Amino acid sequence: MIRDITIGQYYPVNSVLHKLDPRIKIIATMMFVVELFVFDSFLGYVLMAAGLGAVILASHVPLRHILKGLRPVLFLLIFTILLNTIHATGDNVLVEWGFVRITVEGLINAAFLAIRLIMLIIGSSLLTFTTTPSELTDGIEKLGTPLKVFKVPVHEMAMMMSIALRFIPILVEETDKIMKAQQARGANFDTGSIVQKAKSLVPLLVPLFVSAFRRANDLAMAMEARCYRGGKGRTKMKPLRFGGKDYLTMVGLAMYLAMLIVVV
Amino acid sequence: MPIILDHINYIYSEKTVYEKAALKDVSLVINDGEFIGIIGHTGSGKSTLVQHLNGLIKASSGHIYFNGEDIYDDDYDMKKLRSKVGLVFQYPEHQLFEATVYEDVSFGPKNLGLKGVDLELRVYNALKAVGIGEDLIDASPFELSGGQKRRVAIAGVLAMEPEYLILDEPCAGLDPKGREEILELISKLHREKKITIILISHSMEDVADYVERLLVMDDGMVLKDDTPQNVFADYKELEKIGLGAPEVTYAVQQLKEKGFNIDGTPININQAKEMILKGIFND
Repeated sequence: MIRDITIGQYYPVNSVLHKLDPRIKIIATMMFVVELFVFDSFLGYVLMAAGLGAVILASHVPLRHILKGLRPVLFLLIFTILLNTIHATGDNVLVEWGFVRITVEGLINAAFLAIRLIMLIIGSSLLTFTTTPSELTDGIEKLGTPLKVFKVPVHEMAMMMSIALRFIPILVEETDKIMKAQQARGANFDTGSIVQKAKSLVPLLVPLFVSAFRRANDLAMAMEARCYRGGKGRTKMKPLRFGGKDYLTMVGLAMYLAMLIVVV
Repeated sequence: MPIILDHINYIYSEKTVYEKAALKDVSLVINDGEFIGIIGHTGSGKSTLVQHLNGLIKASSGHIYFNGEDIYDDDYDMKKLRSKVGLVFQYPEHQLFEATVYEDVSFGPKNLGLKGVDLELRVYNALKAVGIGEDLIDASPFELSGGQKRRVAIAGVLAMEPEYLILDEPCAGLDPKGREEILELISKLHREKKITIILISHSMEDVADYVERLLVMDDGMVLKDDTPQNVFADYKELEKIGLGAPEVTYAVQQLKEKGFNIDGTPININQAKEMILKGIFND
């Protein structure tokens, strides 16, 4: 059940995208997100969908897997679309009933919004599908290095992030285990009113918090025992270095952006 | 009434890259009053198997019958099954959550709908069975020692008065005295309350000392299903899958190789003693 959430989980296959420097991928994703909001015209969407399609093909992640990642946000998607359809301005009114007002412009707007949201989610999950959490935090740390001038604790933040990411699967597993253990004692997490459901979470959340603190304590102790003293003077086992295909991608990205600016 | 497993297959994360067959065509009959041990190295499917027995995991294919009813029928009452088949997970003390020992142990029976005197009686009996004194009843479960916590957690399952009790490595992480206490407790439940026990263990000594029937699991399959005596007689086979025999079996084997006249393959200290004495006096 919880294991089945695919959004953002690393997908271990061998592709060009997987071998790319994480910094490039992070910047590309950020560029894509900004582009989505800047170039909101029909042609812009077509070009961006084409770009996204090419990246999906290059990633070797099956489309079915990517679409499965959309499922958890499906509700949010439908909700936004609904809100946009029934609460729209415009002159070509199709239906008017109480506060509900559906217009042609509203429908078009909602469709654009949905496409934008879907592309946003797919685009950003492609980053995590093709980048391991440790690569990702390495990339973020490297990209954030200039901020050290302003006394931003970049290394510490990256370390916190990697620890948090590292613990997600462990806590998911732990949740699964505690849930099963309480179910074995007759607990029921699925049925009942909202109040009952909230109450039924206590036997799950208390042990989960206790174990999270225990693990945090153990990890802190283990880091201390290995003389962890923060980022200063720390070297990497796999330092990030740009290679040929990284430069090639940079040029490609720049040209893609230029094309969008020119065409749209 | 027996639990019958009929060609159970289970696949983790089906249709993804992480797909893994955890159980492969397992068929078993678990009879009333048995004391069954399960051994197998980490990842061999022991825990997955026992979680099928009370319906926590649904098999990818195959059927499980309890009291002659298929537990995968749409209208089957899972809660009733879980009250009959108690499952104590590994490190059960990690599931404690209430403010007092009493409240925590009453969680199970409360979920079964028990109230008042019935509920109290269940809790007191369960705590008495695991040897937790009345002075600790109102203590916070988080303040107890490791061994006490574990016994309280086991009481939480016992309070549902199951007919079958499954324990997934109940002795993991305990000191020798704690292990002994837990194993004696389990053995007593089997003897006195006639509860059917299924014990998963990594300790060959423990299963050799206590169980009557031993299942050996490897790679999702039940490799052997026999008495511990017969299973351990073939310990060379067990070594191939990362297991072995109790230490005493090896010790006697070495004596044999040194030329002592000993007949048979003992699996515990008492057997070894008798066989060695017999060998000496027959000479």
